[in-house]
Amino acid sequence: MSTTHPSVVGEPPALISTPVAALARANARASSAAEASHSGVWVAIFAITMSFVAFTSALFVREGASGDWTHLTLPTILYWNTLTLFAASATFELSRHAIFVGREFRSASARSGSGWLLLTLALGLLFVAGQFAAWRQLSSQGLYLATSPNSSFFYVLTVAHALHVLGGMLALGWLVRQRLGGQPLRRRSFESTSIYWHFMAVLWLYLLIVLRTKL
Amino acid sequence: MEETSVQPTHVHAPPQGFLWKHVFSLDHKVIGKQYYALALVAVFTGMFLSWLMRFHLVWPNTPIPGLQFLSKVGAPGGLITPEYYLSLLTMHGTLMVFFVLTNAPFAAFGNYFLPIQIGAEDMAFPRFNMMSFWTTFLAFLVLMLAFFIPDGPPISGWTAYAPLSAVGGDAGPGLAWGQNLWAISIAIFCAGSLLGALNFIATTIDLRAKGMTFMRMPICTWAWFITSCIALLAFAVLLPACILLILDRTAGTSFFIPSGLVVSDHLQPHSGGSPLLWQHLFWFFGHPEVYIAILPAAGIVSHILINSMRKPLLSAKVIIYSMMSIGFLSYMVWGHHMFLSGMNPASGLAFSFPTLTITIPATIITLIWIGSLYGANLRMDSASLFALGFISMFVTGGVSGFFLAQPSLDIYLHGTYFVVGHFHMVMGVAALFGVFAATYFWFGKMTGHMMNETLGKVHFWLTFIGTYCIFMPFHYLGLVGNIRRYSSFVNDFMGPLMPLHKFITIAALCTGAAQFIFLFNLVYSRFKGPKAPDNPWQGTTLEWTVPSPPPWNNFGDTHPIVYHDPYQYGVKGSKGDFIMQDSPEQATGGVAG
Repeated sequence: MSTTHPSVVGEPPALISTPVAALARANARASSAAEASHSGVWVAIFAITMSFVAFTSALFVREGASGDWTHLTLPTILYWNTLTLFAASATFELSRHAIFVGREFRSASARSGSGWLLLTLALGLLFVAGQFAAWRQLSSQGLYLATSPNSSFFYVLTVAHALHVLGGMLALGWLVRQRLGGQPLRRRSFESTSIYWHFMAVLWLYLLIVLRTKL
Repeated sequence: MEETSVQPTHVHAPPQGFLWKHVFSLDHKVIGKQYYALALVAVFTGMFLSWLMRFHLVWPNTPIPGLQFLSKVGAPGGLITPEYYLSLLTMHGTLMVFFVLTNAPFAAFGNYFLPIQIGAEDMAFPRFNMMSFWTTFLAFLVLMLAFFIPDGPPISGWTAYAPLSAVGGDAGPGLAWGQNLWAISIAIFCAGSLLGALNFIATTIDLRAKGMTFMRMPICTWAWFITSCIALLAFAVLLPACILLILDRTAGTSFFIPSGLVVSDHLQPHSGGSPLLWQHLFWFFGHPEVYIAILPAAGIVSHILINSMRKPLLSAKVIIYSMMSIGFLSYMVWGHHMFLSGMNPASGLAFSFPTLTITIPATIITLIWIGSLYGANLRMDSASLFALGFISMFVTGGVSGFFLAQPSLDIYLHGTYFVVGHFHMVMGVAALFGVFAATYFWFGKMTGHMMNETLGKVHFWLTFIGTYCIFMPFHYLGLVGNIRRYSSFVNDFMGPLMPLHKFITIAALCTGAAQFIFLFNLVYSRFKGPKAPDNPWQGTTLEWTVPSPPPWNNFGDTHPIVYHDPYQYGVKGSKGDFIMQDSPEQATGGVAG
């Protein structure tokens, strides 16, 4: 790549300056640290998956442990929340398109894509608010954390997931700040955040299936 | 950009000021030392607790002066109550397993040497790294707080079996806030360890220097890498388990507490929970935890032995593959801790088989060590003595594992001192021998000063003989039916065993005292030890290419390039019988031995 967009650092920029060796080294380091964020997020996903596998198997064991397993009707808002979270995934992809794909054409706007990123953040917030509404709805029915094993697992699984979504929103917020400040955006950091963000949607779908079929 | 302004970018800037250099440092080397210091505090605290327990076991009516100040209720007049004995037992186990055996061989030395050995400037995520230490430190403080609350530490053991650990203050001292602190501490510890493991894995995958292929990594780097993969899975399961336990204790849920449980005449307001669920979740973490302690030590020992023998192992690759299979199998054996739990006997059999299978890679590793040692001209210094001591402990402790892996034998032995002897040797002492070996081997690199060899050897012989004196009789006690966890023994059938218990206690007091030689050596050498050369042991791996101690960015402004497998010993190189990994010269004269 001979031309680099000032606000996007994809690959190490080929700056023509001396001493070349020092720069090559510096760039090699910078890029390998960014590589690490990529594998870091996959490793984190692996660990989070394992935690939710543990929660799920606890659910299966607890269900079989005694006869107090009853069923509860999931609040309808959960399905709207699902749509919201998937919409947030879609807007994230749109921001990727705005930032990286069309950049030759929109080079004037160093802040391109920040609108989509903000929308993603807003949708994420809406999702968490929606989950909060679901908790309120259940508690208004008299279903609290300790009411029954089903309600216990409902709260544990959804709260644990919501906390992870909030973690993803921190990373998103950081991207938005970079973008609005016109600072260079590292492609790998963007990719890592996007992997995590999409994983949140996939994880939620899995949890929804578990909640729907088991609770 | 002007030429003069071109500076190589670093992972982080050189630290300025005491606070950023030594306390909230991002430098993996400082963080490694912090982990080591924390483990040192924990191990001496844990050892002190074991002294109290051993003393009480054989002289139950002799007050321990001053102990009443630690706990008025638990040790009135300096005499330990049966409940307080269990509190000490719980804290001893928790401190040793989490804050010593996980921190020292894995987090401390891994942090310090993994980045250097792969030619990296620091960990992939230095801020996470700092966070993981301070999280662990917070976990330590929360746990220690249990000593200073009126209730005292919990009495449910380091395994915190439910429902005892879940029902709260009704069930005994320490089970109200003490147990809360325990569960919160372990949950925090899990978070710190997960961050640490994530960092280790990403660093190993992405920050290897040019030419440092996976198979060119030293065996200890491999061990830390495999261990971090194990830790990632294990702590990711213990964390949810702790969360569920905390909810049972504080929010009134019933994950682990069954229906109709009456404790101290109170019907517990819970129903339908499964105490076995806790055991499953706990041991799914707990058994891999054994390998989190032992694999780094095995890697360190291999690394040191190769250097002391001046020749490669019979097969380093087979050791690495064996470690991988141990890591894999470690997730299929947790049920062998639960043969007595009331679990289906058929599943006991199913867990027995992989347990016996896991001894195969462990045996392969041991045979490679012993086979490589055959005919080797071993340099006998403190580090290699402790490495040999590790093999001895690993084999002795491992052999009793064959017995315990059979459900029919375990049913008899599980509740006895046999198990206590087994896991202290194979997990506790063996891993600590690995830590001692690593300390004598790498101290010069870490501090710039060499440790005293004479004191090191005295320390080795006292510790080696002492640990056998302590833990071999445990096996005998177990075989004759000495029940574990009891704070004193009814004289009827235990009477004839009391002299043996006295012998063990005296051995424990002496062996513990010998550790102060090590502590003295550590502190004295840090300040007064002879200056360490860059490569005191004529090593080949990358940690020996940097100054002792290394600068904050390890390799300065250069970037190492790796040309060789890690262990080019017994060859004709320009510096002697070895060729360093970053030296482009080719080996002539072939591999000796």
